[in-house]
Amino acid sequence: MVRFIIKRLLMLIPVMLGISLVVLILIDVTPGDPARMMIGAQATQEQVEALREELGLNDPLPIRYGRFIWQLLHGDLGTSLMTKRPVATEMWERFPYTLTLVVLGTTLSVILGIPIGIYAAVHQRTWKDNTAIFLSLISVSMPSFWFALLLIRFFGVYLGWLPISGVDDWKGWVLPSGAMALGLTALIARQMRSDMLEVLRQDYITTARAKGLTEGRVVYRHALKNAMIPVIMVIGGIFGVMLGGSLITEVIYSIPGLGQYIMTGLYNRDYPVIQSGVLIVSALFAVIILIVDVIFALVDPRIRSQYTRKEKRKAGRQLAKETKTVETS
Amino acid sequence: MDEKLLEIRNLAVEYHTDEAVVYAVNNVNLTVKKGETIGLVGETGAGKTTIARSILRILPPPTARIVSGEILFNSTDLLKLSEKEMQKVRGNKIAMIFQDPMTALNPIETVGFQIAEAIQRHNKITHFEAEKRACDMLEMVGIPMERYSEYPHQFSGGMKQRVVIAMALSCNPELLLADEPTTALDVTIQAQVLDMMESLKKRLGTSVVLITHDLGVVADTCDSVAVVYAGEIVERGTVEHIFDFAAHPYTLGLFGSLPQLDSKERRLKPIKGMMPDPTNLPPGCRFYERCPEAIKECAEAPPPDVEVAPGHTVKCIRVKGDAA
Repeated sequence: MVRFIIKRLLMLIPVMLGISLVVLILIDVTPGDPARMMIGAQATQEQVEALREELGLNDPLPIRYGRFIWQLLHGDLGTSLMTKRPVATEMWERFPYTLTLVVLGTTLSVILGIPIGIYAAVHQRTWKDNTAIFLSLISVSMPSFWFALLLIRFFGVYLGWLPISGVDDWKGWVLPSGAMALGLTALIARQMRSDMLEVLRQDYITTARAKGLTEGRVVYRHALKNAMIPVIMVIGGIFGVMLGGSLITEVIYSIPGLGQYIMTGLYNRDYPVIQSGVLIVSALFAVIILIVDVIFALVDPRIRSQYTRKEKRKAGRQLAKETKTVETS
Repeated sequence: MDEKLLEIRNLAVEYHTDEAVVYAVNNVNLTVKKGETIGLVGETGAGKTTIARSILRILPPPTARIVSGEILFNSTDLLKLSEKEMQKVRGNKIAMIFQDPMTALNPIETVGFQIAEAIQRHNKITHFEAEKRACDMLEMVGIPMERYSEYPHQFSGGMKQRVVIAMALSCNPELLLADEPTTALDVTIQAQVLDMMESLKKRLGTSVVLITHDLGVVADTCDSVAVVYAGEIVERGTVEHIFDFAAHPYTLGLFGSLPQLDSKERRLKPIKGMMPDPTNLPPGCRFYERCPEAIKECAEAPPPDVEVAPGHTVKCIRVKGDAA
């Protein structure tokens, strides 16, 4: 297992190199000029040109790429062109906000979505199931920014219970997490429902029922564990995507998170911010997918057996051989 | 031996789908005596599995419906029990072995756990004792107990089926429903599994309902046979009697379709035609369209059960003339 994790982490290196190259090329072909943004519209073309030279923007692409990688190898994510502060520091300051938001939003949607999905599956084809499907369809279809604005309007303006923006205390987190959780809850509930229905049709569920187990035990012990495997994948995916893409929620509730940071970087053509930001976010994503895979292996022995070390497998074969001799004798 | 363990009376089961109603089991009567092994024979889709699942009330939930009938087990009607009381019967008094051992075990739990779980559910014993008994069960079906904590994917098909059998027998059930226990296995393993079931049955005194479409297996292991066709039992009686004096044209067709080793014929003799569509059953005899001896009256009214010899009944109007 440890070996598998190390292997997967090493595999991250080429992936990261590829991502950074793609980002660099995309930046290169995107119109806009950070030098012009920095010194403003009044500056002469010569001034801009001088600044470009100074920032190294006129160097050919391979050299810029090489320079970026070289910096990276020294643990340097570059310095923001706008704020003149290290990108690493700036991202580190903003990361806790995004992480809190994503953890709260995802946790909320998991806590709500999984039971709703199970409930709908267990009551398949009844009005309870239909209601759950209908609500989740609405929730998935509702644009998250609109729902966020509705929440602000109702709880922030009309009832005045919660602040409409900013996250100075716990109250501030309620609406953003809620806004974020709505679509995700529906997504998880739908996934959970369909996987649960799939698993409940399996023969081993009939076996479990035929053993005389209570319906609760059949559903929560035998079915849920099996049905959770694809759901974990979805949750992991959501979590990863949200780390980089909780932008809308961050903007609406003015949360100084990573999404906003990268967005500002994009507006300003702040190349180091874009490059490093995308790189870090994708690295986070990859790590989360790795964690998901590890959880898979923990839940599912079939996957786990693929990762176990060779010695263990050999021991297993030896045991099987012994079994065989016992059988034949 | 003559004591009735299970008596099914006028059982009818339907599957309701969006398009149609499938009449899977119609007016089935069946008696299983204590210690008896009864074979349910018939082609795929005849309703054999539905009968067995009705006994345990584990039909697939949204679509299947037991419409009428009684299933008396030790004189209590299983269909009248509450779900909670039924759970105490399942796996304890009546256990089931499923057709496909590849899918019958939960892939992410150890086989030992899956056996111990059934034991602990029906006996007031500690977790440790349940584990110990599960180990004993594994040994009994010829699997070393060192493999207790292995997962189903680490076992071969035959071994998985033995695990399923160990699970089914773990609470010493009075009745064992074996739904084609050997169909998914290759021939050598089939014999092993059948032998094992036979010896376990003798040791534990369990009655068995063996569902199969293999008449050879029936001759080998069963005391009596019920031939199922299109949701009905068309002929039933003791193995000896049915094998020697089969009377229903369908049963005769089944025997006729077996390859004969001593004859020179090179082609199999199948029964012509297909089973009637269970959503649209004919009003008269279900076998009318395929029956080589059909007469006009067969299509008009369902044939009665005719007792041709003590304990041997046939659902056919033609045999009446023979007996008279």
